[in-house]
Amino acid sequence: MKWVLVALVVIPGTIGDVLNSAGMKRQGELDEWSWRALARFGWGILHNWYVLIGLPAMALSFFALMALLSTTTLAFAVPATASSFILETALAEYWLKEKVDWHRWAGSILVAIGIVLLAL
Amino acid sequence: MHEHIEQPSRLLTEAPTRSYHLIIKTTIVALIVMGTNAFGNYALKLGLSDGAGVSSWSPMPYIRALFHPWVIAGVLLMLGWFLSRLVLLSWADLSYVLPVTAFSYVLSAALGIALLRESVSNVHWAGICLITVGVACTIFTRPGTTPPGGSEVP
Repeated sequence: MKWVLVALVVIPGTIGDVLNSAGMKRQGELDEWSWRALARFGWGILHNWYVLIGLPAMALSFFALMALLSTTTLAFAVPATASSFILETALAEYWLKEKVDWHRWAGSILVAIGIVLLAL
Repeated sequence: MHEHIEQPSRLLTEAPTRSYHLIIKTTIVALIVMGTNAFGNYALKLGLSDGAGVSSWSPMPYIRALFHPWVIAGVLLMLGWFLSRLVLLSWADLSYVLPVTAFSYVLSAALGIALLRESVSNVHWAGICLITVGVACTIFTRPGTTPPGGSEVP
């Protein structure tokens, strides 16, 4: 059951993050901090299909993480799910067409290894 | 004629201002993302270790757990984390947001040390150092590398 939960944390979480990023890039930058601009931004999110599909995927990932943390140790749950950092960086480069230079790859890999060490 | 003379000088002063504005905006929203995540995880951890733990395929234990005060606080903070992250993703790349906001793991560890009196081994310190170096590698890159409006996004 624990590997099913790991898959339910990593795969929907990755899909949700990539869809949210794609959706927010389409929506455009929030460059004004008035209540009206924030309300317009929130209204835009409610009509953003990428975010609306990404949200349940992230909710599924969140509940799977809650279940995983309740059934296994932190030392197992965190390293198992840290792999999503590398997966999401690869998808950001190849699917979202971001310019991921060696600084960002180094950052993602170091953070993923650091998270694994924190959980030991 | 005046416009032709003034435009280049205005551009020269606007570019650093916009860059400074972007750095300030990115830093503030990234700090909100990290803070809500670290405190949200802390509240959820308190709630789940206080009898609200769930380990079932049935939805009822999850719904019951949502009424625990610490879990409610945790869920509200995680909602704040989700919304602030969406705001950050509106101008910053996913490959930038992921490593930079991972500093929340260091904040969570600091909260565990300060409030839950958790011990920190040498391996944990090595993890904290690696995350900090990873964040430092990414934080000096340009937050957004795709065109505005995401024309290249599928």
